[in-house]
Amino acid sequence: MATPLKTRIAVPRSRDNSVDGIKYNRSGSKRNNFEMFAWLYMRVSGVLLIVLIFGHLFVNLMMGDGVHAIDFGFVGGKWANPFWQTWDLIMLWLAMIHGTNGVRTVIDDYAEKDRTRFWLKTLLFLASGFILLVGTLVIFTFSPCPTGADPSLVPSFCPAP
Amino acid sequence: MTPGPARSAQWQCIRGPLAGRKTDAAALRLMKQGGYSVPNTSKGTLYRGRQGMWSWVAHRVTGIAIFFFLLVHVLDTALVRVSPEAYNHVIATYKNPIMGLGEAGLVAAIVYHAFNGLRIILIDFWKNGAKNQKAMLWGVLILWVIAVVPFLVRHLAIVFGGH
Repeated sequence: MATPLKTRIAVPRSRDNSVDGIKYNRSGSKRNNFEMFAWLYMRVSGVLLIVLIFGHLFVNLMMGDGVHAIDFGFVGGKWANPFWQTWDLIMLWLAMIHGTNGVRTVIDDYAEKDRTRFWLKTLLFLASGFILLVGTLVIFTFSPCPTGADPSLVPSFCPAP
Repeated sequence: MTPGPARSAQWQCIRGPLAGRKTDAAALRLMKQGGYSVPNTSKGTLYRGRQGMWSWVAHRVTGIAIFFFLLVHVLDTALVRVSPEAYNHVIATYKNPIMGLGEAGLVAAIVYHAFNGLRIILIDFWKNGAKNQKAMLWGVLILWVIAVVPFLVRHLAIVFGGH
């Protein structure tokens, strides 16, 4: 019988309890697929975020006067349009969850003590929840023409006071 | 005792920032028991050492930097809800040349994270992905230059362009 030139190595699958005596399924007694969905989420949201963020950067930094054009009137003009409201809302949620999960992974990798991990992740989830709440409220409750505002600072479509 | 090839390969496994950690020691013990020669030389594994590892380090570093910027960026944008003056006052800081360089760095980090993320997806889902991970890293770096250089030309012209 011919000796194979290269050893074929079986790739461990998540259902395998062990391959060649080494235990690969490290999930213990927990029987949910959270980590698999987190892994999948990073990939799916990552692809969508490339489109959303590249578009965001192009419109805000490359078109017109770039960063110099950004002021209250610019944001008001954008968010008067449901297209940009939706764009920014989806971008906010996808990016915050993507980033939070990424930092969660980093905490799990480097914080060795159970208690340190617990508090770092508690802080992370509280901060992310707060940012998501604030960001979502701002997008939904924003008024481009606030009453009593300096007319020179609001978008040009606002009615004269 | 002269360290032979097998011995130096074992050292690969337990030195570095993870040296002495229980997980590594346990894995090494298991591998020795099973009569395995430890395959963790920097040439032989997908992620350890060289381009595979450094692209991963860069992915983490850029990811964390982008995350912290995102926290600040949502808060500064939230000032539109306070007043036009408050928003304009804070956003004016983004227009000074030093912040302009910071934005250039941020965009460079985002573009790397984006393209290397696509590379990771290909490594995971494409059947020949793992085999071609190094070639794909060169692809990532070439695409990064192609995207970042024109951005920098335009952005720095805007930032330093005497507005």
